[in-house]
Amino acid sequence: MISLSAIHKTFNKGEPNEVVALRDVSLALKPSEYLVVIGPNGSGKSTLLNVLAGSVLPSSGEIKIGAQNVTALPEYNRSKWVARIFQDPLKGTAPELSILDNFRLAALRTSAKTLKVGTTNTFKDAVKTQISQLGMGLENKVNQQMGTLSGGQRQALTLLMCVMDEAKILLLDEPTAALDPRSAELVLQTADKLIREHQLTALLITHQLKDAFRFGNRLIFMREGEISKDLDAGEKGRLSEEELYKWFM
Amino acid sequence: MDFYLAAVLQGLCFSGLALGIYLSMKIFNIPDITTDGSYTLGGTVTGIMLAAHIPQGFILPAVLLSGGVAGGITGFIHTKLRINALLAGILVMTALYSVNLTLMGRSNLPLLAFANLFGNWALTGSQGPDSLIVLLVITAALVFLLGYVLRTDFGIAMRATGNSESMVRALGVNTDRMKITGLAMANALTATSGYLVVQLQGFADINMGIGIVITGLGSVVIGETIIRRFRVVQPVSVLAILLAGAVLFQLALAVTLTLGIDPTLLKLVTALFVLLIVSLPRIFQSRTA
Repeated sequence: MISLSAIHKTFNKGEPNEVVALRDVSLALKPSEYLVVIGPNGSGKSTLLNVLAGSVLPSSGEIKIGAQNVTALPEYNRSKWVARIFQDPLKGTAPELSILDNFRLAALRTSAKTLKVGTTNTFKDAVKTQISQLGMGLENKVNQQMGTLSGGQRQALTLLMCVMDEAKILLLDEPTAALDPRSAELVLQTADKLIREHQLTALLITHQLKDAFRFGNRLIFMREGEISKDLDAGEKGRLSEEELYKWFM
Repeated sequence: MDFYLAAVLQGLCFSGLALGIYLSMKIFNIPDITTDGSYTLGGTVTGIMLAAHIPQGFILPAVLLSGGVAGGITGFIHTKLRINALLAGILVMTALYSVNLTLMGRSNLPLLAFANLFGNWALTGSQGPDSLIVLLVITAALVFLLGYVLRTDFGIAMRATGNSESMVRALGVNTDRMKITGLAMANALTATSGYLVVQLQGFADINMGIGIVITGLGSVVIGETIIRRFRVVQPVSVLAILLAGAVLFQLALAVTLTLGIDPTLLKLVTALFVLLIVSLPRIFQSRTA
């Protein structure tokens, strides 16, 4: 589904603040694989995700989605396959637009935004049905501005927005970092459910070792821009939390 | 009475300007001041086409196109060449001064001798009310057209671009192209104000656009105060209120003039007035907060 070969990324090349974020990283993800990425701050996790999303272009190396080489494709052209959840709940939604408008835009992720009114009653009902599965009572507030909702509510809605249109890849960049434990749990459970239901290939970055433990069917540990450990579902299952903890020390 | 009617007419002429400023500054969050130039450009294009006896049907499309190109250039400089939006606007505005002067061939173009949009309607029997009806029809058309666009899928993407750029990019929108389109639309709207004013007053002048961005901003701020007070969200209503803002702004200026203020000081009064309406809500807010 996704293959990264020999991806190298240097920020501020040739300047005193030069940083090598990724060192010849190669990684292949099979369809429906749910990869959890852990590692210390500055180990290149976010850069890896951004390189996949297209918001950061690699200095060298090749990225393929399916059979297509997308290395030079900008972010807005990769949205055909890739949906993403940001660390900051505010980034994934437009606060001054209504919930309905936000969902409308998400439903058009892979297609053109034309001069046609798409927020019809049929569409509105479809959105309400989607939202009701969260059990937050938000289905009756679709005309409300997104900005009036809490971070947890917004993050949960952003997840649903990802599957409004056909998606193959879901990128989750510390989606729960800014949330309280209860909202965090809801968001991760929803993500897990959607990944299963829609057979998405997913990538989750997290600092919560407990979550790394519970979710996903593959785990990589990054350090200094390299993948230092790569565990498949079986190995991940046998891993103990103390062992995981020790990697960071 | 005629004096106030003139102010209302003037205000309605500025509706395109108010909508344009709302589009660039509020919806796209880009401080675009190409306005002074694109407004005069709209007036210049109208002037030379009227003087050349070109039929009305061709004038408005040409005006929209000229304003659109001006805004598009600002958008291009801002997004593709990564120049600060304010600077990009100033550059285009400055360049447009020469363009306008070249197009007109002189600094003032009297047009009273030529037929224009406001002549020969004979709806009510007198010129003022006739012009009012014509302007109301035109501005209503602008409001409904823009209101419709903002409700479409494209319009949602536009509104989201100024609101949450990271989201919009992740949802497959080329935000650079969207901003260029938005600034083109905003300045096309601004140019229609030049088009209307030149025909209403019967001349085009190279200096007609000086400080006009402040007039647009003042109109938008007045409109926004009303919009916030009554929590209006429907795009068409929002736009209609902005028009009301443009008219109120001109009426307020008319009142200050009747108080006997020297017309030489009009720009100063305008600037102070905008400062007042911009700062009042903030001062009020910080007291109550």
